[in-house]
Amino acid sequence: MTTVVKPPAQAERLPDAKRTSRRHKRGRAGGMSFTHRLRRDWPLLVMVLPVVVLLGVFHYFPTLGNVIAFQDYSPYAGIRGSEFIGFGNFQRMFAEPAFWKAVANTVSITAVQLAFFFPIPIALALLLNSVLSSKLRNLIQGVVYLPHFFSWVLVVSLFQQMIGGAGLLAQTLRDHGHQAVDLMTKPDTFILLVTAQAVWKDAGWGMIVFLAALSTISPELYESAAADGANRWRRLWHITLPGLRPVIVLLLILRLGDALTVGFEQFILQRSAVGGGAAEVLDTYVYYQGLLVGDFGYGAAAGLFKGVVGLVLVLLANRFAHMVGEQGVYSKS
Amino acid sequence: MSARAVWEEEPTPVGRFGKPVVLALIALAVAFPLYVVVVTSLSSTEAVTRAGGLVVVPRELTVAAYVQLLSGGVVTKALLISVGITAIGTAFSLGITVLAAYGLSRPGSLFHRPLLFIVLLTFLFGPGIIPSYLVVNALGLIDHYASLILPAAISAFNLIVMRSFFMGIPTELIDSARIDGAGEFAILRRIVLPLSKAVVAVVGLFYAVGYWNAFFNALLYINDNSKWPLQMVLRTYIVQQQPLPTGAGGVATGIAGLSPAPGLAIKMAIVVIAIVPVLLVYPFIQRHFQKGVIIGAVKG
Repeated sequence: MTTVVKPPAQAERLPDAKRTSRRHKRGRAGGMSFTHRLRRDWPLLVMVLPVVVLLGVFHYFPTLGNVIAFQDYSPYAGIRGSEFIGFGNFQRMFAEPAFWKAVANTVSITAVQLAFFFPIPIALALLLNSVLSSKLRNLIQGVVYLPHFFSWVLVVSLFQQMIGGAGLLAQTLRDHGHQAVDLMTKPDTFILLVTAQAVWKDAGWGMIVFLAALSTISPELYESAAADGANRWRRLWHITLPGLRPVIVLLLILRLGDALTVGFEQFILQRSAVGGGAAEVLDTYVYYQGLLVGDFGYGAAAGLFKGVVGLVLVLLANRFAHMVGEQGVYSKS
Repeated sequence: MSARAVWEEEPTPVGRFGKPVVLALIALAVAFPLYVVVVTSLSSTEAVTRAGGLVVVPRELTVAAYVQLLSGGVVTKALLISVGITAIGTAFSLGITVLAAYGLSRPGSLFHRPLLFIVLLTFLFGPGIIPSYLVVNALGLIDHYASLILPAAISAFNLIVMRSFFMGIPTELIDSARIDGAGEFAILRRIVLPLSKAVVAVVGLFYAVGYWNAFFNALLYINDNSKWPLQMVLRTYIVQQQPLPTGAGGVATGIAGLSPAPGLAIKMAIVVIAIVPVLLVYPFIQRHFQKGVIIGAVKG
């Protein structure tokens, strides 16, 4: 930044000075003994304790519980009593067509959402950003953010009432002497249905990041481009899109890293109506095999597969972000 | 910016007329389903019959469906459970999140980095459905309301948002309070919290909406259907279209002075009951968008 070149204005130096003083006081504890720091910081540790305990019990401890993926787990024998069978569950799973069907469904839903969901918030943000009246902008924002706060149960209910077998669309078609359609139970178009639901629920909300990025582009850039004779499309191409690029790349990478996660609730709610052939994704597969069939070890193996592959994808995606020169999700510092 | 900049060209006819049309269509896509559901929930048997199902044009409005649903029975019970879980869960989550966010907001304090790492690591992987179920089961929480709160009590995201906000509070304020002899708890209560009302409100609202909408944990952990929260009721009777139990224990069949509401109106009224609390808190959440709390948080 320019802070180095400019004469040290009071307002600009303040944050820096603050940070050094704090680090000096707390961070440079090289000479400070452990007991001294404990005596000083124990109230802070007490404050963090409840969260650490909860994360330990409901996050880290169950994570260790994934060992049952390598067991012929029986709820009566428990983890200690159940027999270890190595990769037996995984071998069975990899030989199971239903498992690969679930993987294929998950990946194709991700692909369709990347193609049809991902660009919509960007387009929406550009459209809204070009609206001059701030009142109208706020109103539209208020409306399109709203469905993000609805539960999936509610969203599926609303879709059912609009385009389901007893819904408004079927009703209208019947009234006009046409054949009624039920778009909620068709396996062939299910992938488009879930994408439409995702768009309805979250496209508006997805816009928020892009609006924030748009607001950081300096209006002077547009003005000088216009003075140089660039029309609105050239300004869009040469100023707006480059301005959005870091955010777009970041979100794209995040989504790719999350390729195996398409949301559990949306699919479990519609699985029985559409059938497992189209609506079975990895998460619902884990739920059905593990909890409903009661094959805990096998279900845990499928869940672990998803977790490990997902983790690898996130790490790869982040590495890739660094490679193309973007900030990525996290960095080493 | 409410006027077009001088250097900008005149809008094209397509832009001038197309843009409002597109925006109106988008707004309509959100609002229309809600409108139909509300109108149908308020319709009489006759209106529903005449429309042949969902009612678009309101005629003969009546609140019979709501009276029937809220005068005891499945939905009343589920509503009370959801309200209770949301209230208690939000207070609990917010409390421990505030404490931990402050506890982690002083870089260089003892174990600061490992503790922060424990929180951040939860972003990278989830424990998986089956092991989580087994732990909740082993703790004896199946069919216990605590299973709807404890496993989902902390959002690492909310915690980090609040921590960043706390770290932005000028150190001078905190240091001077410490010189005056205030302990960490006193500093949190008297200095930090009064300065952080906005972020506490937003995080609290996010937790509240989360608890209200939660369906997954109830599906996994609550088998006893007399303990179902509202979202489970919605799923069973609307999405899965199972018949609502009527009469004692179910939905009241008719209240003196009101003719019984049609089944469809009753179903739509359940949908509306699930929406209304979200609509009630939404303006408060939205107000903070403009203040930029959330945008700042999203940007990190």
